[in-house]
Order: sequence, then structure tokens, then C-alpha cells
Amino acid sequence: MCLAIPVQVTELLDDDMARVTLDGVSKVISLALVEDVRIGDYVILHVGYALNKLDPGEAGKTLALLDEAARVTEGARP
Amino acid sequence: MKYVDEYRDGKLARAIAATIAAEVRPELSYRFMEFCGGHTHAISRYGIEDLLPANVRMIHGPGCPVCVLPVGRIDDAIKLARRRDITLCTYGDLMRVPGSQGSSLLKAKAAGADIRMVYSTLDAVRIAQAEPGRNVVFFAIGFETTTPPTAMAILAAQKKGLSNFFIFCNHVLTPAAIQNILESPDVRALGNVRIDGFVGPAHVSTVIGTRPYHAFAEEFEKPVVIAGFEPLDVMQAILMLVRQVNSGRHEVENQYIRAVTVDGNLKAQDFVAQVFEPRDSFEWRGLGMVPNSALRLREAYARYDAEKVFAIETVQAEDNPACECGAILRGVKKPADCKLFGTLCTPETPMGSCMVSSEGSCAAHWTYGRFRDYARQETQRHEFEQKAAS
Repeated sequence: MCLAIPVQVTELLDDDMARVTLDGVSKVISLALVEDVRIGDYVILHVGYALNKLDPGEAGKTLALLDEAARVTEGARP
Repeated sequence: MKYVDEYRDGKLARAIAATIAAEVRPELSYRFMEFCGGHTHAISRYGIEDLLPANVRMIHGPGCPVCVLPVGRIDDAIKLARRRDITLCTYGDLMRVPGSQGSSLLKAKAAGADIRMVYSTLDAVRIAQAEPGRNVVFFAIGFETTTPPTAMAILAAQKKGLSNFFIFCNHVLTPAAIQNILESPDVRALGNVRIDGFVGPAHVSTVIGTRPYHAFAEEFEKPVVIAGFEPLDVMQAILMLVRQVNSGRHEVENQYIRAVTVDGNLKAQDFVAQVFEPRDSFEWRGLGMVPNSALRLREAYARYDAEKVFAIETVQAEDNPACECGAILRGVKKPADCKLFGTLCTPETPMGSCMVSSEGSCAAHWTYGRFRDYARQETQRHEFEQKAAS
């Protein structure tokens, strides 16, 4: 039920609405719950509303942490 | 898909599993509850349990709003939909959920009730605007993630001056339910399993932030790691929980930093606070009455409240007495321990809350996990036969 997907904003429309794309699938959603969204930003989409902006910097940090967690045992393995 | 594919890398998942296996202490056992149905689904679908060492066990919590909605409220919605003047709009998730006496919204629709599946509350408002002669009721369910869109629908209806749009509100709150798992009176009757930490909600937390979990972590001395719904997110959260347990910490940590902040989405919280207020108590299927665990419309928005306008009085409906959902939701039993599982109770004919939606622990076990049980039984049989032959 709480599933939400990252989509990219391609066009800002009137009434706090925006056009977004997910792998080429286009949809009009509401930006009424978020602020300062620009074209090219990724937002988390849930039942027609953007819930939050995705932070590309923090996303990169998570990937770096995942890599680090994966490497911990690599050296220890025979 | 950006921000999705990179968190599903199987090779990386196996490497993180190796790190978890290297860091768990063999003399300890670790029991973690993932609260959310979204996590339960990810754990089952991607076989995460198979990657974990034997002394790390995941307990599947009650965080699926479709599953925990009491049967009486489904009956209420069906009753509303059968009225000739009402169009009931609902998320697709609720269509197949069984009410009393084998009823469901799907069957009511087949019998002629005006029930329309919508993707968004925006669609429900659009229907009310296009058809002023119909009373359009939106069947609102969901956790903090799904509540702001309902608030926006009411505010939109107010702005457009619609007098034919109503909400049947069943929104529930996660922190109250997590707390209930550990301290409800049922625990005494059902027994209790030790839970060493919680994988905290992903998208609920995008709205409410990480702050509401602090009091809980402190009071119950349990670590909470908020995690995204992708398999690598869950693996990393489990590693973070193992590290907290090993070092005797009970903190709130945030794995899902790309979407969750300390404060959450303040704008969404404001809209919700403007329209909704807490109920004293609300029934959760499988958990019973949980204090301060749900929302209702504020008095100022009473004209949009279907419960008031159409005088809904919920009649409590009982689940099958053999159903073990209450014990399964608390980790005391596993889906396969229930005698209804896979016999009377399947996703096609769900008897209890855990089988109702694909995010419930029984439904996830039915779809993915039971094959592991069969494989284990087969291996045991094979070994037994070999031993007998020699």
C-alpha cells in the first residue's frame, strides 16, 4: 500500500501539477505536497502525489556505504 | 530505472550478506521485525531470508493497511456502495478484501453497485465534479504515506465548492501500532517473542520523518533503522541493526537518507493536521483495539465525513476462530503453523488479515516462501531415504 516509485519531472504545469516520466511512461501528478521542484528532479510518487524530492547526494552516499559494507569481508575471505 | 535498479544488485546483496554473517555473534540470536508490508514483500520476493545467517530471523509485522482494516469497515463500505445515490471510489487494493458472509466490493460491483477503482484521490474529486447528481464517497485507507493525498482531496473539494464529495476515513498511524506490538494486553494471552530491533517504515517516514521513533527506541530500548523498500536497502538495514545489537545501542538510524529527513515533509504534515484529528481508539484486524492509532475528520470538515453524513455505525465482525493472524503478527507463530494456511485460507479466499493483500505475511509466504519449505522437506526426505538405504 505504501509503495511509491522514483519518477523524473519533465514539465511543470499549472495548479501545482507536473508531467513526470518513469522509463518512458508519462503521467501527470500533483506537486502540492512538495516545494521547489525543478525540471529534471526526481520525486517519490505515491497515489498521484509527489511525497518528497529524492536527494541525489544522499543516494550516492547510500551506494558508497553499500559498497563499503560489501567490501568488509572481501579481504577476509580465502 | 534510476534509483531502483542500483538497489537490486544481487552480487552486492551476497557480499553484504557475507558481511552480516561475519559480524553476527554465533552465541547470539537476532530477531528483527520489519513493520511494513512493503518490506515483508521485498524480503519474500528477493529471498532475503535465504541470504541471512541462521541466527538472524525476520518477524513480519502488521504494517499493511489493507490487512489490518477490520471486516466491519469493509461491510460499512459495501453498505454505502449499495445505496442508489452513492458512487464509492476506492483504491484497487480493497476490491477483493472479503467482508462478512463472503461479500466483497468486487461482488457488490458485479451485483450492480456503483463502485469505481481509482488510482488517486484526484480521480475521485474529478468524478464528483463531473457528476454533481451523485454522492461520491472515497474509501480512504492507509498509513501516514497515504493520508496527505486524502487531506488534499478534501481541501480540493472545498476549494471547488463541491457538496457531493465525502471521505470514509480509515487512516491509521504507525508509531502507535509498533508500540502496541510490544505492550498490548493480548501479548499475555498469545505469549511474546523477544524482538531485538525494528526495520522502520520507508515511505511513512518520508512524511513523518525520523523523530517520532525516538521516544519508542528510548522507552523500549529497541534499535530502529528506517529503510527503503529495495532489497539492498533491507540488507543494509539488517547489517545496521546487527551492529547496534552487538554494541548494545538502541538508536534511531536512517538508512533511507535519499528520501527521509529528520523532520519529514512538514508541508504534508500541516495539511494532515488541518483536516484530521486523532481518534481515541481504532480496531486493527489481528491486533484488536489500539489506542490513539487512527485519524478522523475534524469537526470543521464534518460535511465531508461520510461516517457522519450517512450515519455509519460499524458492527464488529469476527474472524474465523482458527485464524492465527494475531500470533503471526507478533512473531509468536509462522504462517505455516496456522491450520487454515493453504487449506481454507489462500490469497483467492483469504480468511485472515495476513492473507488479504500481497503485502501480508501469509500471502507473501504463500507466493514465495512455501517453496522453500517444500525444498527443505524434500532434502530431509532424501537424506532420510539415503540413510535408510545404507
